[in-house]
Amino acid sequence: MADAKVIPFDDDRSRGAAVQRPARRRGAGSRRKESSLVREVREVQPLPGRASAQDDVPVTREEQPPPEAPQDQGGIERRIAGGLSFLRRRLTGDYDVDDFGYDEELTDQVLMSLLRPVYEKYFRVEVKGIENIPAEGGALIVANHSGTLPLDGLMMQVAVHDNHPAGRHLRLLAADLVFMLPVVNELARKLGHTLACAEDAERLLGQGELVGVMPEGFKGIGKPFSERYKLQRFGRGGFVSTALRRGAPIIPCSIVGAEEIYPMIGNAKTLARLLGFPYFPLTPTFPWLGPLGAIPLPTKWTIQFGEPIHTDGYPPEAAEDPMLMFNLTDQVREQIQHTLYKLLVQRRSVFF
Amino acid sequence: MGKVVLVTGVARQLGGRFVRRIQRDPQVDRVIAVDAVPPEHHLGGADFIQADIRQPTIARVLAETAADTVVHLDVTAMALGSGSRTTVKETNVIGTMQLLGACQKSPTVKRLVVKSSTNVYGSAPRDPAVFTETTPPKSLPSGGFAKDAVEVEGYVRGFARRRPDVAVCVLRFANILGPSADTPLASYFSLPVLPTVFGYDPRLQFVHEDDVIEVLRIASHEPERGTLNSGTFNIAGDGVLLLSQCSRRLGRPTVPLLLPAVTWAGSLVRTLGVTDFSPEQIRLLTHGRVVSTDQMRETLGFQPKYTTAETFADFARVRGPGLLPPEALAGAVDRIAALPALGGGHPPTQSAN
Repeated sequence: MADAKVIPFDDDRSRGAAVQRPARRRGAGSRRKESSLVREVREVQPLPGRASAQDDVPVTREEQPPPEAPQDQGGIERRIAGGLSFLRRRLTGDYDVDDFGYDEELTDQVLMSLLRPVYEKYFRVEVKGIENIPAEGGALIVANHSGTLPLDGLMMQVAVHDNHPAGRHLRLLAADLVFMLPVVNELARKLGHTLACAEDAERLLGQGELVGVMPEGFKGIGKPFSERYKLQRFGRGGFVSTALRRGAPIIPCSIVGAEEIYPMIGNAKTLARLLGFPYFPLTPTFPWLGPLGAIPLPTKWTIQFGEPIHTDGYPPEAAEDPMLMFNLTDQVREQIQHTLYKLLVQRRSVFF
Repeated sequence: MGKVVLVTGVARQLGGRFVRRIQRDPQVDRVIAVDAVPPEHHLGGADFIQADIRQPTIARVLAETAADTVVHLDVTAMALGSGSRTTVKETNVIGTMQLLGACQKSPTVKRLVVKSSTNVYGSAPRDPAVFTETTPPKSLPSGGFAKDAVEVEGYVRGFARRRPDVAVCVLRFANILGPSADTPLASYFSLPVLPTVFGYDPRLQFVHEDDVIEVLRIASHEPERGTLNSGTFNIAGDGVLLLSQCSRRLGRPTVPLLLPAVTWAGSLVRTLGVTDFSPEQIRLLTHGRVVSTDQMRETLGFQPKYTTAETFADFARVRGPGLLPPEALAGAVDRIAALPALGGGHPPTQSAN
């Protein structure tokens, strides 16, 4: 992405720091020192969330557990027994789903395993700043949205679950179109997604869940390739008032790499209207190559979770204050946009 | 002087059970059971009065008996015996209007309990996942029982405005299941093979008959300390079951059909009069519906004895296993697990003898 409009930074030091630091990440002491340093830095910053040093620590590869090597007969036996007991529970319907239809067992055992190869091998997602996600309690992750198909949401879900020390599950808020389509709605509900509305978001946050939202919606995911990495309007900022009402921290999240998976060079508006979709993408390969054209480009992704913006300090009536809401929305938006630019500068190539 | 309770819709199993139960309460003096047809089951010591609530005679019954509590259970989805949908709709809507008119005239009525249904929320993909009592429906039910329930609730709200001295309690029940339930969903689950909508796995919530009787009893008496039993409450068991889970627990295979095919087959079945597979039923089995029961717990002070899963287990126990009983499937998996080739189980040892 050499042609992206890059705004200059005064804090390029963070890049240098990132190169030196990765190996030290596991040391708890040094981490604590870091975070206190970051807090000091943050207090004097004019722009919120501008490149705190801590953000740049890559964690993806280090967190991997040593590959399981079930050489002995016992390991295989145990796996078969586990698989059979899973099959037994599924066949007899003896499993639980929550009020939203989230099927934790199916998600962990099957759906995540299907997404993980895409996440690890295809997009080679690198995750940064996972420590910004609290270990417990409700939090709202706000991310940019791109890529024609909402693969970024799914990858973010895998990223949170696989990298977070507490193995937290991300509950995504999805557009109503998702819940109108057959099969898609079933899978979305089982993956723990729910409709992007204030009621559901508040209920999930109240239950202490980690909620993921992409406020750009269709404007973000269906924007032409020429506007890549330009954040669109953040809806009406409803996510801020939801977070304020629940006192949940807002964690900005920037996803780099998803923009290029399906470069949308055109939009067949008439066809989209006929099918009832918000847009119908035309990419260099789709629909010209048929189903083959629907294979995303194997870009290299980076997902960075930024410094949380705390909302519990505001009085309860703050959720009704439109000025505060606009300010917070802008703050979140700006933080995501800045991190996007920063990650783009660091990126060596779209594919590597 | 104790209470005089008037109960409508007693010819149904649920009404009959409620009449028998409420007589045992010490504060109840007399129970008047009303229905258009005489019930097949006995009503204990209750006085049965054969009266059609669609006729103005109900006003005379109310005046003569000087009832102070009216429990309106004659709001139902299915006809009793061989009645048509038109009769059901008339009983639901006109019957409720007549009954409310009678109540408005009666100086003795102090409390009104109305059985409604969570059908009033409809089911649409654009609805929030969990309905609270105040959630406005995104798409109002267009017909069938759901529309009846919406209209009934509208009349009840009007009555509550005109008679603020009467405590009005509207109970929105989720799908009622149990050993003797005669709801559309119960007859659906009795089909040997369950037609489902392809690509949708709705979330369902059930409430057990025993809990229904209990909550109706709570609503028809004076509220306990610290609770309030007038208003609108969702009544459902804890937890959620997916339709796929239900079919597996019941051991009945599903046949996924495309949505247009289901709609078409539903109207065909309805024309033939086999079962009342109404459009709103299809919507429920497509998008599902889950309601929040916080108000029921906190305000009404009612804790259901059965969760959704336990209710369904009780229902499945009575209905008997279907074509693919879960025990058989579980046994088959266990046998595979015991195969020595897989190294799973150890061969049973004979050393005990």
